[in-house]
Amino acid sequence: MAQFELEVNGETHRLDVPGEMPVLWALRDVLGLIGTKFGCGIAQCGACTVHLDGVAARACVLSVAGAAGKAITTIEGLGNGTRLHPVQRAWIDLDVAQCGYCQSGQIMSAAALLADNPAPTDADIDAAMVGNYCRCGTYNRIRAAIHSAAVQMSGDEASAGLFYDAAREVRT
Amino acid sequence: MSRVHDETFRALQADVAELGMNRRGFFKLAAVVGGGLVLGTRLTTAAETDADGSGGQLNTFVHIASDGTITIYAPRPEMGQGIKTALPMIIAEELGARWEDVNVVTAPVDSASFGGQGAGGSTTIPREWNRMRQLGASAREMLIDAGATVMELPRDELVAADSTVRHGSGRFMTFGQLAGLAAKQSVPDPDGLVFKSRDEYTILGKSMTGVDNLEIATGAALFGIDTRLPNMLYAAYQKCPAIGGRIRSANVEEIKTLPGVVDAFVLRGNDDPRQLLDGVAVVGTSTWAVFEARKRLQIEWDERRASKDSWAQIKARAESLYGQRGRDVTLDKGNVDDVFRDNKNTTLAAFYEYPFVAHLCMEPMNCTAHYRRGERSKDSIELWLPHQFPGSSIPLLSREFNVAEERITVHQTRMGGSFGRRVFSEYVLEAVTISERVNAPVKLTWSREDDMRHDFFRVGGFQSIKGAVDPSGKLVAFENHFVGMQTGGRPVSGSSFGPKQFPLQNLDDGFVSRTMFGINTPCGPWRAPGSNTNAFVVQSFLSEMAHVAGRDYVEFLLEILGEPRWFEPANVQSLNTGRAADVIRLAAEKSGWGREMPVGSGLGLAFYFCHAAHVAEVAEVSVDANKKLTVHRVTAAVDVGPIVNMSGALSQVEGSIIDGLSTMVGQKITMEEGRVQQTNFHQYPVLRMPAAPPVDVHFIQSDYTPTGLGEPALPPLAPAVGNAIFAATGERVRKMPLTELGFSV
Repeated sequence: MAQFELEVNGETHRLDVPGEMPVLWALRDVLGLIGTKFGCGIAQCGACTVHLDGVAARACVLSVAGAAGKAITTIEGLGNGTRLHPVQRAWIDLDVAQCGYCQSGQIMSAAALLADNPAPTDADIDAAMVGNYCRCGTYNRIRAAIHSAAVQMSGDEASAGLFYDAAREVRT
Repeated sequence: MSRVHDETFRALQADVAELGMNRRGFFKLAAVVGGGLVLGTRLTTAAETDADGSGGQLNTFVHIASDGTITIYAPRPEMGQGIKTALPMIIAEELGARWEDVNVVTAPVDSASFGGQGAGGSTTIPREWNRMRQLGASAREMLIDAGATVMELPRDELVAADSTVRHGSGRFMTFGQLAGLAAKQSVPDPDGLVFKSRDEYTILGKSMTGVDNLEIATGAALFGIDTRLPNMLYAAYQKCPAIGGRIRSANVEEIKTLPGVVDAFVLRGNDDPRQLLDGVAVVGTSTWAVFEARKRLQIEWDERRASKDSWAQIKARAESLYGQRGRDVTLDKGNVDDVFRDNKNTTLAAFYEYPFVAHLCMEPMNCTAHYRRGERSKDSIELWLPHQFPGSSIPLLSREFNVAEERITVHQTRMGGSFGRRVFSEYVLEAVTISERVNAPVKLTWSREDDMRHDFFRVGGFQSIKGAVDPSGKLVAFENHFVGMQTGGRPVSGSSFGPKQFPLQNLDDGFVSRTMFGINTPCGPWRAPGSNTNAFVVQSFLSEMAHVAGRDYVEFLLEILGEPRWFEPANVQSLNTGRAADVIRLAAEKSGWGREMPVGSGLGLAFYFCHAAHVAEVAEVSVDANKKLTVHRVTAAVDVGPIVNMSGALSQVEGSIIDGLSTMVGQKITMEEGRVQQTNFHQYPVLRMPAAPPVDVHFIQSDYTPTGLGEPALPPLAPAVGNAIFAATGERVRKMPLTELGFSV
């Protein structure tokens, strides 16, 4: 057992855990941040996606020792403390979730994409989201929500509304 | 609908976590304990004015506070099918509520108060449709009574709308103002209640976003696996890889010394996979500690009674039956032999195959249990449980642990998917047994490997199928030799081909026989059991017949359906050929059926009736020279009666189609020596986003009783895609998954 300092959502935590413990379990079982989900343990499904220094990472194969000294952001810390992140907002408004279990990982991957690419194409979205399984099959709404969040983040609220209506029209 | 105020979401989240129930107010749970089961029975005991006189409980499900907050209980478990939003919408509609005023709370598991609390078989909506409308309408009438009294106006001149009781003169009072008095009104006779007509709906049929969306998007605790309790320990449970193996010995003493391990011990089961199988429990201070420790387990298994099932042997045996009839004849109608012998007719035979598949809920099986020892054997059990029938654990645990039912409390949690998996309770028994042993609250979490290998699988099977068309190209005979699986002499879930399978009822000559293989691999319901494979076989084969007859498949199907008629009038589980023809025509129209397609591209259509739903789907695909398949679009036409929540209904159809494609493309569970050979997602792929096609959904709404949409849009997908692949390439798809035929996505 060793002591590690883990920076999560802007707070530094001192953890007495084995260095090889995956960040996923340090978050869930030690820090009580259960928004990051366990899906497979082998970085196949993306349910455990967090940001490591702003980049999407699979917490199930990321060791505490490896993450020490880097900034981890989880779904709980994605908003700025007073406002939801636009991706979260879009997920709620476009009613993306079915069972919802994979969605915190989907949202973290989407937020990392938009931080890097503010106006992604469908192909950009596919490439960024390919590591996130959704067993319920919400992929089309995820795509629509990412486009909607991108428009919101560009500050053009009117267009965001239009896009939302258009997205719904296509489905009905 | 905006239910979220960004500025306050953190505070709300804290409230949600703290109370686990209520975002905008708090009302006494005590008021509903002991409430009425259904209207007209004990309902009056549930109606009660709040202690301060300001608000009131109008019936078991509906409370209105003086600030206008309408709290509605969601009685049945949510697994992604949208029921936690849909059932309260039905109540709110008849109540005359504004949906923005409604706060939905998951009901406690208490069947005496809330009636049945399971979910499965796409039956929740049809089962609850009338009861939910009664609950809303009953509360509405009580509010109108109160309004008439206070405003001194004739009650028949008052209506309830927008969370108010209003009069044509413009006078109104809010539900919040009236609730306390309304709770004192007599409860109306449920049979005398009048429901709204569809054109009066302000909530039903609209798109309402899921009531848990904020929690989902912010990572709040919702799922069983998110449960955290003071002094909770974490557990893993290792069972024999060959299903049903017993333990001879295990190195538990060594395991106990490993870091983070609190205890390790062998549990003896009863050899029933639905209950407790032998295994080693490892209990520790984190999920990771017990997952790591179990890697060091050395267990000597006794496999004498374990499953020896072999997919290779099952398949070889089934293939040897091709062209034969089974000894067990389940339908013999008319005389198919005469039809097949008539050389004016054209006959065709084919052999279809589909594999075992797994459920793969994204949230692995888990249960948090606290077995508390009480004085004088007054033990108690508390569960935090993701389960399709959470209340079913109460009698089960009462029997197994000799604890009185009233001392067993079950908290139903949201499920991270289920698809039929969480109807079994072995993970409950494992968790409770471990908690009892260590005398502490325990969260048992299955690894993905546990979840995949110890599933209750969708059964695989084979069908040797034959048909005949007459010289005009009309289908005149249909025969099937169904090769299925049974355990203990009974067909497993989904392994049957009944006499009402389309098109048997529509033909004069039909014959079905079966051969059932005994297996020990556990099987269970998997999203549209039976239908999800029978649709593939029948709709693919009928399309083959149409091709042999030189007919367009839509025309061919419509001819089989014939005149609009309902085989068993008023039984929604019975095929209605008029509704069937309508969805087929609509899917064809919306997909541009019959249009010229480029080389290597094709359209495929399939129709299926199950779960009281008529669904037709058209897939548009292209296949390149390397057999890379692209599904460009799927068009669905769906008749499930009236739509409750449009957004939820669209989600279910979209999701069923993606799920159907995911399963068809690459999923297959095999077993050898009784061991399931796939262990995790690297060997069992789920469709990823780039391969997910756009889905275009069209509903035909009507006044038939609505049915659930969790399942019926899945079965037509596979045959639609298979038929489209044939149209594109000339290659018939008679086997799933497609990867076994050399296709990729």
